[in-house]
Amino acid sequence: MRIGRLSGWLLLKRAALAGVLLVILLVPQLFSAFVASSIGVQALVLGIAAASIIFLNSAVGMVSLAQTALYGIAAYTTAKLAVVQGVDPWVAAMAAVGVTVVVALLFGAIASRSEGIYFLMITLASAVITYYFFSQVTAFGSHEGINAVEPPRLLGKPFVDPTGMYYAALICSVIIYVLIRYLRRTPFGYALQGVRDEPVRMRALGFNVPLLRTSAFVVGAFIASIAGVLLVWYNSNISPGAIDLTRTIDLLTIAVIGGLGRLEGAWIGALLFTVVQTYSPAYTDRFETLIGLIFLAVVLASPGGIAGIARSLDRFIRRRLGESVDAPALASGRQP
Amino acid sequence: MTLRRLRTEIARRLAGGLALVVLVFVIAWVMVRAFGLFGTTGNLPQFIVVTLNGLTLAGLYFIVASGFTLIFGLMRVVNMAHGSLYLLGGYLAWRMVQHRALNYWVALLLAALAIGVVGLVMQQVFLRWNQGQDLRQALITIALSVILADQMIPYFGASAVSIGAPDGLAGSVRLAVYDIQYPTFRLVVLGLATLIGIALWYGIRHTRFGMIIRAGVDDRAMTSALGVNVQVVFAVTFFIGAFLAGLGGVLGGTMIALAPGQDAAFLLSSLVVVIVGGMGSLGGALVGALALGFVDQLSGIYLPAGYTNYSILLTFALLVFVLAMRPTGLFGRR
Repeated sequence: MRIGRLSGWLLLKRAALAGVLLVILLVPQLFSAFVASSIGVQALVLGIAAASIIFLNSAVGMVSLAQTALYGIAAYTTAKLAVVQGVDPWVAAMAAVGVTVVVALLFGAIASRSEGIYFLMITLASAVITYYFFSQVTAFGSHEGINAVEPPRLLGKPFVDPTGMYYAALICSVIIYVLIRYLRRTPFGYALQGVRDEPVRMRALGFNVPLLRTSAFVVGAFIASIAGVLLVWYNSNISPGAIDLTRTIDLLTIAVIGGLGRLEGAWIGALLFTVVQTYSPAYTDRFETLIGLIFLAVVLASPGGIAGIARSLDRFIRRRLGESVDAPALASGRQP
Repeated sequence: MTLRRLRTEIARRLAGGLALVVLVFVIAWVMVRAFGLFGTTGNLPQFIVVTLNGLTLAGLYFIVASGFTLIFGLMRVVNMAHGSLYLLGGYLAWRMVQHRALNYWVALLLAALAIGVVGLVMQQVFLRWNQGQDLRQALITIALSVILADQMIPYFGASAVSIGAPDGLAGSVRLAVYDIQYPTFRLVVLGLATLIGIALWYGIRHTRFGMIIRAGVDDRAMTSALGVNVQVVFAVTFFIGAFLAGLGGVLGGTMIALAPGQDAAFLLSSLVVVIVGGMGSLGGALVGALALGFVDQLSGIYLPAGYTNYSILLTFALLVFVLAMRPTGLFGRR
């Protein structure tokens, strides 16, 4: 009887997950163009950007505030090459990823010798400086930014028919999700985990800790740059306002709301954020306050974010349902 | 192993040497442009004004960043809302002196005290119960800064305002050299920054409370074990740190301007000052503030024409050079 209820719960979870995945797959068909575009595409793109924060935090234990700046660099490079130089969008995108990775090498090399809160501060300083750079330099349009960026013809026009853009963002999301999951099972991933938990011991074992940190940062920048390219194609413009401190904090908010420890949290947080962003103007014109309050509530109540809440809820239900069946196994599973 | 140590040693020396070469080159470049050596046309009055601008801006940076570094040094709390406290302090004083309702100096003191109380409440309500979780505390202050920044817009407007300087200090003073007219208030800020610096130095070096703070910075657990009520020390320190942010906001609002976005600007300057100077070090904050103030002002004038809008990169270069030499800043300790 009890076994039946437990496996029933597991089955229900699987079915719900399959249902959610099916809905995600069919968003352009099920919802209006507006929803698919301003919630679907935006949530996926912001989710990719937030995934880079969560990857860095969960794999190496570094919370980076430079990810907005990095996707800004990718977006600016794409826009500059495509609009001003007339380069093919695909080539521009690839160059943008390359440029971002090179800049990230520099940022990473500076920041990687410090850890924890110092790392946070140095990446924040890099991010704000990047913002000022783009708002001052006239070659990048200073306050105006760069307008009229067109995505490749394959993706169509995002605001008329978001289908192409949506699937592009979805495919990128899936690839990045799988890539990060895979990366954490490689020797590189395990070395990063070692750096996260025992940097001193890792150094004693002969690992080059700053190099590992820098490499992880570059991987994070690669992910963020893809978000940047998609973002500039979707918005068709990029301006300093898209990478200022508020946006930096917004992205951090997404990662924290979703859950800094779980990769899925990136897209969950991004979905919640875009829903609030899209529908809150009907009720309040202080959107940032609302986001700040949600952020504060999550940090105060549940540092694991929504993904963390879901996980402990699942564990709670499983324990209630299967307690007397295999309590020892579950009890040992709960050991830290 | 020894080869590896030798290599890192050489790399460190090289970085230090390179930084020195760049520093010498920058000073030489500024001197050549200022004094008109080697046939170029110099402009000494401009050089004096820019140097004074750099000094006075450094004074303002020091006032704001010393509060930031004080809080960080003792409590390991990175107060990301420091910029918001700065801006709020400025706005409060702006409201108080509007229509000449209050004397400037009274408003300055009241606004700074109010910000001190805001900081104290912040620490008691949000930060006290999760001491030691520095990342979580940073996130909490980030959330608070978002809320504060957004709430200030409906109350104080989105356009730039500035606080009128007090009577007698609003004009400019004639310097003895080259008949330069220089804004009096900027010199007042410099004087106040010096006073605050001396007061902080004296307070930390030569009073009992300062001794407790220094002990707390070195070993919090041991200080507590010796019977010091660390919670009270934390509360007072947070109050002083926030007070300095508010004070800086009033002075900055008079010297420059107040606008949404200034909170981010002063959070950045505080970050750069303490990253360069070393976190938690008052002397470091002084050196960092001077470096940032001069880089800010000199780069706007002395970069080759056409490149002046790249001046922000020099701030970044400053950060890079210091961190390449000393990852913990000039006066930082692990």
